[in-house]
Amino acid sequence: MSNTMTSRRRFLGTTAAAGSVALLLPGMAHALTDARARALIDQVVADINRVISSGQPLSGMIRDFERIFERYADVPIIARSALGPDARGLSGAQLNAYVDAFKGYITRKYGKRFNEFKGGQVTVKDARKVKTFHEVRTTVKLRGEAPFEVNFLVSDRSGRDLFFDMIIEGISLRLSEKEEIGAMLDRRGGNINQLIQDLRNAG
Amino acid sequence: MPLSFKHTFSGKPVLWSAVVCASFLSACAAPDTTVSRGTINDPYEEQNRGTHEFNRSLDKVLVRPTSSTYGTAIPTGLQDSIGHFSDNLSLPGDAANHILQGNGEGLGRNILRFAINTTLGIGGLFDPASQMGLERSKTDFGETLYVWGVEEGAYVELPFFGPSTSRDTVGLVVDYSLDPVRLLLPTPERYISTLAMVAARLGDRHTYTATIDSVLYESVDSYTQARSLYLQNRRYELGGRSQDDYDDPYGDADSDPYDSAYSDPYEDLNE
Repeated sequence: MSNTMTSRRRFLGTTAAAGSVALLLPGMAHALTDARARALIDQVVADINRVISSGQPLSGMIRDFERIFERYADVPIIARSALGPDARGLSGAQLNAYVDAFKGYITRKYGKRFNEFKGGQVTVKDARKVKTFHEVRTTVKLRGEAPFEVNFLVSDRSGRDLFFDMIIEGISLRLSEKEEIGAMLDRRGGNINQLIQDLRNAG
Repeated sequence: MPLSFKHTFSGKPVLWSAVVCASFLSACAAPDTTVSRGTINDPYEEQNRGTHEFNRSLDKVLVRPTSSTYGTAIPTGLQDSIGHFSDNLSLPGDAANHILQGNGEGLGRNILRFAINTTLGIGGLFDPASQMGLERSKTDFGETLYVWGVEEGAYVELPFFGPSTSRDTVGLVVDYSLDPVRLLLPTPERYISTLAMVAARLGDRHTYTATIDSVLYESVDSYTQARSLYLQNRRYELGGRSQDDYDDPYGDADSDPYDSAYSDPYEDLNE
């Protein structure tokens, strides 16, 4: 128990290290507002629009999207949540290795997909509070297609304002990856080290 | 997660086959009314997986290569026009469903769209209506059944058409059988709409090839990925997304017990 607590704390510590503001001002922890959530997604969308209109080759776009994920997404919580209850049994080192491998996997996989937004335009619509976090709605307009909704879920509970899910036409990145990572782990007979190994090359 | 996944897996036919009818009958034999949001009801998983393998092979040997040829040989402008033409011909069917759903806004929008795109848009080859802000309000008989209170039923993967549910399978059959365009047009012309639709789907298969390939060929279990993506997208299309559907990975114990470690990260850190 104390062992897992320590590893959890270390994991959380890493996650929140950059957001030491939250430690200094505990009252800030739940001070995320619609405006702040929206401000974060305004930045994300500005960056996305810059990349999809840049006209650069795919490899450059993937790199740029990786950067967007690293900068604005709470990848550790997405990673943990994708693993579900199995995350509990991991050692601190395993968890760090897993989160790291997952980060590479997810940024490669979704970076590639953003290629389909090429020439499109993303617009931020509005923000609202949901439970302990905020949902920011955006609209994507692609050539020859009716506009569709992409929603970002934003939380500051990592210590920074970050998005922890991106929902494209109802399809949640986090829930889809929960399904995928679960299947990957099953295929490997629950062997987490093997999963970590394979995630490094997946996506 | 695919971007615009629905363009390929929306239950709109890629090809029509009598096989579907057989599958439809078995799928509807035992409607299950216990399904609720967020859960997956898949009592036919074994048959579904068989069909999934068939669909995957079909895509690999026929649909994917054909769409690749189509996508590279046909200029994008023409592809767009074929897409618009096909969309325009599905508007009367959409409008009929809007009437059945009592959706006046959708009906008005689609009548206007049809009028504008058929005339100014030269028989539907162009889409000036969207430029005027009249975006398409897509619907189908599956949605009508949803509006009428019919339960989603079981998850079904249909040969040729892909992921569906028993409710949407009934919808598919009704939409096809009662499509006003198909019923009103004389015999040779009516095939044009089916042909345009198949061509438009091939175009979509090509446009979203990275995403679709990633689901079908790069995913560890493409069956469960396709099922999850389809159901998430379809439920969103029908019901929108209410905040009750979101769970909180940071530790709302009620909605996501997995993440109890996150119930209050700050408490942990302050200890």
